[in-house]
Amino acid sequence: MVELDINGRASQVDVEGDTPLLWVLREQVGLTGTKYGCGVAQCGACTVHIDGAPTRSCSFPVSAAVGKKIVTIEGLSPDSTHPIQKAWVALDVPQCGYCQSGQVMAAVALLKEHPKPTDAQIDAAMSNICRCGTYQRIRAAIHLAAGDDQGPGSVIHMEGA
Amino acid sequence: MNISRRQFIVGTAAAGGGLALGIGLPLDAAAQASAPTQAPGEINAWVVIKPDSTCVIRIARAEMGQGTHTGLAQLVAEELECDWKKVTIEPITPHANLARDRVWKDMSTGGSRGIRGSNDYVRQGGAAARLMLMQAAATQLNCGVGELTVADGVITQAATGRRVSYGEVAADAAKLTPPDPKSIKLKNPRQWKVAGKPMKRLDTAPKVNGTHPFAIDLKLPGMMNAAIKQSPVFGGKVKSFDAAAIASRPGVKGAVKVSDTAVAVVADTWWHAKTALDALPIVWDEGENAKQSSATIAARLKDGLTSSETFFAYRADGDANKTLSGAKKKLDATYSTPFLSHACMEPMNCTVRITADKAEAWTATQNAEASMAALAAVSGLPLEKCETYNHGLGGGFGRRGGPQDFVRQAASIAKQFPGTPVKLIWSREEDIQHDYYRPISQCRLQAALSDKGDLEALAIRISGQSINAYMAPGNIKDGKDSRQVQGMYTEAGDAQFGYTVPNLLIEYAMRNTHVPVGPWRGVNTNQNAVYLECFIEECARAAGKDSFEFRRAMLRDHPKHLGVLEAVAKAGDWGKPLPKGTYRGIAQFMGYGSYVAATAEVSVSPKGEVKVHRMVLATNCGHAVNPATIAAQVEGSVAYGFDHLLNEITIENGRVKETNFHMYTPARLYQLPRVETVIVPTYDFWGGVGEPTICVTAPAVLNAVFAATGKPVRTLPIKHAGLTLI
Repeated sequence: MVELDINGRASQVDVEGDTPLLWVLREQVGLTGTKYGCGVAQCGACTVHIDGAPTRSCSFPVSAAVGKKIVTIEGLSPDSTHPIQKAWVALDVPQCGYCQSGQVMAAVALLKEHPKPTDAQIDAAMSNICRCGTYQRIRAAIHLAAGDDQGPGSVIHMEGA
Repeated sequence: MNISRRQFIVGTAAAGGGLALGIGLPLDAAAQASAPTQAPGEINAWVVIKPDSTCVIRIARAEMGQGTHTGLAQLVAEELECDWKKVTIEPITPHANLARDRVWKDMSTGGSRGIRGSNDYVRQGGAAARLMLMQAAATQLNCGVGELTVADGVITQAATGRRVSYGEVAADAAKLTPPDPKSIKLKNPRQWKVAGKPMKRLDTAPKVNGTHPFAIDLKLPGMMNAAIKQSPVFGGKVKSFDAAAIASRPGVKGAVKVSDTAVAVVADTWWHAKTALDALPIVWDEGENAKQSSATIAARLKDGLTSSETFFAYRADGDANKTLSGAKKKLDATYSTPFLSHACMEPMNCTVRITADKAEAWTATQNAEASMAALAAVSGLPLEKCETYNHGLGGGFGRRGGPQDFVRQAASIAKQFPGTPVKLIWSREEDIQHDYYRPISQCRLQAALSDKGDLEALAIRISGQSINAYMAPGNIKDGKDSRQVQGMYTEAGDAQFGYTVPNLLIEYAMRNTHVPVGPWRGVNTNQNAVYLECFIEECARAAGKDSFEFRRAMLRDHPKHLGVLEAVAKAGDWGKPLPKGTYRGIAQFMGYGSYVAATAEVSVSPKGEVKVHRMVLATNCGHAVNPATIAAQVEGSVAYGFDHLLNEITIENGRVKETNFHMYTPARLYQLPRVETVIVPTYDFWGGVGEPTICVTAPAVLNAVFAATGKPVRTLPIKHAGLTLI
């Protein structure tokens, strides 16, 4: 039996210690907002915060998470009002949405480290894969959440209307 | 499409026109399937109005991020004149569609057809509901319909100021006889108020807090989980496996064969199933295909480029070969493009429960009817005892349409555990190594230039694998698979060749491989646009002409092709100065009923590092239902189109070499340029949006690279030219 601190609550789970945290969250705790994408820490769909650090939970054994504070997408805010979530909604960032929990968690961690991130800092921090290609709006939404509104992300020239 | 009443035809969700899987199931299921109870306030199949005037719009097409649910709801709401703020959407199931004689028509979602393929009947549905609500209001107010106006779901009698809401008359309206569809006049799109506007998506909120219910997230009481391993060599079979070796591992319920080609382990959790499967000794009969490799495949394709046999001359205007043989200035180039993987972010998955008299599947599918047909076929139960619940897809891109392999496998496994729901999830490795890949091809192009630098002859020979041959051989008539020249069609309307060349030869040599192939977002337009537009660039440079002007002159007979090219040149600042070391490229093409063009601004470092700074993409999709969604699709098509620059699937010993995202590397945020979307709707046709712009992404970038380096890139991905994307 392992005791974990997830989103401020103590959870007891009966798993082998080498089970990746991702699968403990999804299959034992029932927090399915954190996604499986690759299993090898490449895509970032499984990003959670461990003691505040963005961590790819698919490659993080549950035993190493004991005694640490784990925050998942479900624990980010009780009513989806974290500035990053609000900016994501304001700019309609998601398409299919599958990678977005991880993108949001990565962006939240970025803003904690750099409250007014430059484009270069966004480039470096946001290495999560999105196959729909929502990157442009992700960048704009991070700037928006940082209070550095640089426009809606999409640049549209509508002609002949 | 005319669908026979006696046949439940399941078209594929295959992203591409003309592809039909054609699971024809003659049945009386429509009569036998239990019709769902009509919902209270259901005005017609498309519209349900609740007493508080909330408007539920039913949608048959699948949502995989492309925004079709919001766009279709806009079209219904536009004609319905409801309050857009009170609109919610409700997907229908294939069982319900079947039970109601396919009142919602085609559920297949691919080929950029979601909106262009259903705009007429969904608008009719909205308009019919409006007329019924107005009639009910007239009866309630004891006045003539002509005295009433409606806005935002509130009906007003102008003379008296009396008002009733849609919610107040919905119950009465639901009892009325629907109007004759022929009597319904739809709005002029130029007068749209809800459609045609950049409305916010209806499905964003649950996608930012982890609550959007993907199929992979499903949990059912008593559910078990399955992991699968398929024969690494395509076409190989399971010889044996040692289930006893893993029987005592935690949570394991059993190891089962899945058809002849795969083994699955079923356990309490997926992690237990996956790790047990990794430990399971399996012996494969790899068969003859194990001798195949990228090299053997390349040799076969190369033969197709020059073979005087087994090819299909799609188009021959004038005499290209004769002109070429007599030409003073000739160009001759061979291009090649690899297999590509869809790599949807949500790995393939499906949950199935089979009991004695019911089979159910929960999955992410581009064609829920094809999923249900696959479930029926494997479970052995008739269609009317089957149901499929589609979830929002974590990516589709053509992968989740035709094959339905994940449904068949999940059904095969669940059948061996009767009554127990089993969720099958593929690992990413299975997903990369068992895709229905974008087919491989090569292309030889030859050109003759006149003294004035005009293109007098163009000969194009594509050699490569046919999607139809693999998925829908019935679509190939007399050995002529014209689909492979998509984007070079003679006829107008879908994917027409835009250039006027006096001597034009377009040929296709089918050279199939053992690798499974299927539609990959944009399908053949992607490769064909690389071939044509990069070679046209070579011709323009050889002729000493401006890349834009060279194309412009040759598009003179196709004003819509020309229109987007000119629009992109204008918005993309063609001809204006750039910072030192930055170069422009341009490309145009047509696919999925839409006309597209792109410019790219690129710099290349001495080390071969390619940086794409800015791209401008123009599209004429006829009617632009949601400009914000169109921009999202265009931005996304750049990221997906960058697979051409970055990726390839290679074959070694009959199997795929790449295993995961460290080897198949989708574009990341830092590699994307600033993207600008130019929409030039001409309001006289309905074109697609999800796919068309992908095909111009790679050639616009490659042409800019050519401008920067003086060397054309003919073999993709760009690493073969010593280039990287930064």
